Amino acid sequence: MSKLEFVNGSKIFKKNGQETVALEKTNLSIEEGKFVSIIGPSGCGKSTLFNMIAGLLQPTTGQILLDGKNIVGKSGQVGYMLQKDLLLPWRTIVSNIILGMELRGVPKKEAEGRALPLMKKYGLGGFEYHYPNELSGGMRQRAALLRTLLYDQDVILLDEPFGALDAQTRLMMQTWLLQIWGDFKKTVLFVTHDIDEAIYLSDEIYVLSPRPGRLKEIVPVHLPRPRDENTLSSDEFVHLKQKLLGMLKEDQERLQKVE
Amino acid sequence: MRGETENVVVQKHATFEKNKAIQKEDPFIEDEELKERRTNRLSVLGRVMVGVLLVVAWELFTRIGILDSYYWSSPTTIVQTGITSITEGTLIQDLFYTSGATVLGFILGTFIGSLLGLSFWWSDLYSNIAEPYIVAFNAIPKLALAPVLVIMFGIGFSSKVVLAFLMTVIVTAVAAHSGVKSVDKDLEKMLFSLGAKRKQVFSKVVVPSAMPWIVSSLKINIALALAGTIVGEFISSRYGIGRMILYAGQIMDTDLVWLGVVVLSMLSILMYLGTVWLEKLLLRGQVTQK
Ligand SMILES: Nc1ncnc2c1ncn2[C@@H]1O[C@H](COP(=O)(O)OP(=O)(O)OP(=O)(O)O)[C@@H](O)[C@H]1O
Ligand SMILES: [Mg+2]
Repeated sequence: MSKLEFVNGSKIFKKNGQETVALEKTNLSIEEGKFVSIIGPSGCGKSTLFNMIAGLLQPTTGQILLDGKNIVGKSGQVGYMLQKDLLLPWRTIVSNIILGMELRGVPKKEAEGRALPLMKKYGLGGFEYHYPNELSGGMRQRAALLRTLLYDQDVILLDEPFGALDAQTRLMMQTWLLQIWGDFKKTVLFVTHDIDEAIYLSDEIYVLSPRPGRLKEIVPVHLPRPRDENTLSSDEFVHLKQKLLGMLKEDQERLQKVE
Repeated sequence: MRGETENVVVQKHATFEKNKAIQKEDPFIEDEELKERRTNRLSVLGRVMVGVLLVVAWELFTRIGILDSYYWSSPTTIVQTGITSITEGTLIQDLFYTSGATVLGFILGTFIGSLLGLSFWWSDLYSNIAEPYIVAFNAIPKLALAPVLVIMFGIGFSSKVVLAFLMTVIVTAVAAHSGVKSVDKDLEKMLFSLGAKRKQVFSKVVVPSAMPWIVSSLKINIALALAGTIVGEFISSRYGIGRMILYAGQIMDTDLVWLGVVVLSMLSILMYLGTVWLEKLLLRGQVTQK
């Protein structure tokens, strides 16, 4: 059975009397423990899809099944890291990270007891009691990701978590994410604009295409794990990259013709 | 031979000097605190000097007759009047009366105003219905209502508190409402995604987000509350600095009027410092915000 399913899901927005199809009828089926990336140009409905899975947005049609149970309109069932880091500026890093546990009523001491060792392990040691604006972009992203992980859901959605980082920090964060994914055994859905990143991290890549947003193709990635820098230059990697680039280019040409 | 050694020694000495020079060079460290302390010390000094200068000039000008001491009184006379008012009059009681009404009105106004402004987060419908009334109420010159309020609440302490309260409550509500409107929707979304209930979003995101807005209204509020109290005392009162000033004016005792103004100014400064302290308390940990 799949961990997470999106059955005949779609989303239409209506504004000023005009309907925008953010996502056409789509079917997703994600297996437990997989790392799945979603790529596609801006505006193809990636964030919309995540908002629906996270229960923040009602789909126009369809069902979202988590472990076979319908979770449409229910928030708090999956971990969700939005496109920005969204750390609360008036809280220290550690109290930002324990926010999810705090909301669930876990005592502060206990929550910090869980968070502090993880912060050390994942490169935030020494910054526990700093405020978010004293941290670099990469560290803020780590903190936001740890907050999502410590919310303790099996499925986590990451919406372009590394979009704002420079190439080097990005590579470091990707390796870090793979390490975490291995440690925590989560099912991950990961949105990115970066084809390299998608291939490097994923078991499967869902390619979306815009206007209207829809699922174009599912591309499996069979690169062996653990992956490292050498993976980036392997034949399979290069081949996949070309294939994906081709698909995105098709869309671009199609859009240009329409305009 | 000797010359050579000397030469070497000189050279050695030269490099030694150079090294010393390099070592001696003070490393420049951005020390915000030190810089701040330095400017702070200077500005305190400057402030005190300007104040002393003004008082001395006042005294001097009234003595030599450039300023008419009948209208302008003079610092020494004011101090003397003050001492007699404390020992023989009711200055201290008046001071407690005025400051008590002001602080009470300020606290009530700020607290209830904040609650009112924050409550608008809960429902857009409620907020939309209430908004024009808030604007209208804000536009009413509350001081013009003072005579009615004194009739309504009597000439005692409560009518002053009510005036101070009315002066502050809407200002705070408007500030808190602006704070609520400025809350980052994505922060709210993030909290909901962590399974938060509305109540939790309110206490963890909305209140702290709006806090700087509320706090920014405090300083204006304390001055408004004081103005409210004094006008209340002007209208009709048995105690208070405002009443003292009014009475002194009626008997043309300008020294006493001046005493009242000076005491009110000092009270105002003291309460201002109080709000500065309150600001720090309320924004603990928030100083770092944006
Ligand atoms: N609340 C909304 N109201 C109306 N239209 C919306 C709303 N949210 C999204 N849309 C529209 O839906 C489409 C998909 O938006 P979405 O944010 O999901 O794109 P995205 O794939 O995440 O883009 P990006 O890569 O830039 O983040 C866009 O055309 C957008 O304008
Ligand atoms: Mg998006």
